[in-house]
Amino acid sequence: MPEFHRTNGLTEVATHYCPGCTHGVIHRLIGEVLTELDVLSNTIGVVPVGCAVMAYDYFNCDCVQAPHGRAPAVATGVKRALPDATVFTYQGDGDLAAIGTAETVHAATRGENITVIFVNNAIYGMTGGQMAPTTLPGQVTQTTPEGRDVHRAGFPVRMSEMLATLDGAAYIERVSMDSVPHIRTAKKAIRKAFETQLAGKGFSMVEVLSTCPTNWGMSPVDALEWVKEKMIPYYPLGVYKDRTKEGVF
Amino acid sequence: MPQKFLMKGNEAIAEAAIRAGCRFFFGYPITPQTEVAAYMAKRMPEVNGVYLQAESEVAAINMVLGAASTGARVMTSSSSPGISLKSEGISYIAASDLPCVIINVQRAGPGLGGIQPSQADYFQATRGLGHGDFHLMVFAPAGVQEITDLVAQAFDLSDRYRVPALILADGMIGQMMEPVAFSEQSPHPAEKPWALTGHRNQRRPNIINTLHLSPDKLEQTVIERFARYDSICANETLCEQMLTDDADVVVVAYGAASRIAKAAVRAAREKGIRAGLFRPITLWPYPSAALAALCETTKAFLCVEMSMGQMVEDVRLAVNGRRPVEFYGRTGGNVPHPNDILQAIESAAQMAPQNERR
Ligand SMILES: Cc1ncc(C[n+]2csc(CCOP(=O)(O)OP(=O)(O)O)c2C)c(N)n1
Ligand code: SF4
Repeated sequence: MPEFHRTNGLTEVATHYCPGCTHGVIHRLIGEVLTELDVLSNTIGVVPVGCAVMAYDYFNCDCVQAPHGRAPAVATGVKRALPDATVFTYQGDGDLAAIGTAETVHAATRGENITVIFVNNAIYGMTGGQMAPTTLPGQVTQTTPEGRDVHRAGFPVRMSEMLATLDGAAYIERVSMDSVPHIRTAKKAIRKAFETQLAGKGFSMVEVLSTCPTNWGMSPVDALEWVKEKMIPYYPLGVYKDRTKEGVF
Repeated sequence: MPQKFLMKGNEAIAEAAIRAGCRFFFGYPITPQTEVAAYMAKRMPEVNGVYLQAESEVAAINMVLGAASTGARVMTSSSSPGISLKSEGISYIAASDLPCVIINVQRAGPGLGGIQPSQADYFQATRGLGHGDFHLMVFAPAGVQEITDLVAQAFDLSDRYRVPALILADGMIGQMMEPVAFSEQSPHPAEKPWALTGHRNQRRPNIINTLHLSPDKLEQTVIERFARYDSICANETLCEQMLTDDADVVVVAYGAASRIAKAAVRAAREKGIRAGLFRPITLWPYPSAALAALCETTKAFLCVEMSMGQMVEDVRLAVNGRRPVEFYGRTGGNVPHPNDILQAIESAAQMAPQNERR
């Protein structure tokens, strides 16, 4: 029987995530990829403000905690100072697609050679379940108690599609945590994104559809089902941009 | 003899930074600091450094945060409205104990205000450059030569104390041309074992973080930082005094206003009024002790600023009611005229307690 080990990419600190939350699975995939690529010792992680703020304690690499939404700018500063280091950000949807939209778009369009892991759980987890830029039409949150009415609250934003239009983006893929096959695909995408950076090809981002059972008010199993039934149709999975062979410049 | 160059204040800021070992500059265009960025754009590639025009001041200061995390010497520059945008990042940088140098070539406010010189960001610089309990070291040059010396010092002290440093200039200091000689001294970068460089499998991961959910832990980090502030106050306070020994009226002014005040003090002396000039060079820490000591010999203080009166509060705190403190200021981008300051000196001299023994 194969044994299940903690990846060296993560520390021994127990995470604070709620039971059934897929933040932890995404952490593990990143940890495994950084270990397999043998870059952990030369990696700098930039963690967000959001549920993942304490990820600096979980990733087994040097880390800096950025102000809300500013991780791509902080990562730019790190990468410009240490061009040989592997630099990644880990950001929620509020962080990346609301308060930090400008930083995200401009890091991508500059072709900044960093990797962004974008955790889209369609809600503000850390602050207790308010509407996110990615909250689905009709989705009930603390600040859309009747469901998101697009006439009043506008439409959700599809970041992968948007960023794929930018010349500086080398690799953009959307993946999901709802099933084992999708998790396997997600790991491949994360690996490819980091390889894009290691080859100096330009900006890479993996958008991960993730659960928030706590604030969605669902059991972990129902939450996975909700990703499959509701989120994937609105946020189709797949590769949105691949210039990893030719590079962006 | 070191070579002399004729330079604008803004260019001197940039060149001094490069000579201090700064190799990373992140900015966003704004008048009247434009020449700092333009100079950096030209010079950085020559020294294998990085010049990057960010999408906003918010992004620029966070790029500073990132580069400073790696232990690099890094700078950003802006003018008043842009500094307001940087304040979130400055608070995080201070809380992260990261060294860096920030330039504010002040223009008149509030709002978009104007592009003429001003000193109306004194409160912001010394009291409120972001949320939370923290300070920056604030240096106020009054000439181009002094800019070069203070920029070098700002980098060294920021490294040593792990406290960000602000150069508070203004449109007049930034735009004027004067001859300068750059110090032959090489920079003194500090050891930075805390820097993010990749752990190389040789140490535990380094973490730069500002989140402390336990009040006791957070209080402890703030108290530790304030202990460093105490040594900055004790060791790094700077001021210049001119003709204060026997002065009845001491004019207190910094930066551009101090240059005009100097002329007014000389004119007052010619009229037989014993006037002097006290010029704070560090605005934080404020040279309160040196100023308070003048209460022994002087009769009145006159604070002159290009604002509605901001530094005057620090003068009053230092003087603590022992002597009258008068104020004269112009704002909106207006520069005080020496004659108007002279008049203010004359009226301060009249209001001063006359029959007191000196
Ligand atoms: C400037 C600022 N505004 C607001 C907040 C409060 N805040 C903390 S986390 C967060 C949103 C987090 O949501 P998301 O980025 O989607 O991440 P998640 O918690 O869902 O993983 C907000 C609004 C803050 N910390 N700073
Ligand atoms: S609040 Fe939601 S996103 Fe945050 S840890 Fe809990 S389940 Fe995960």
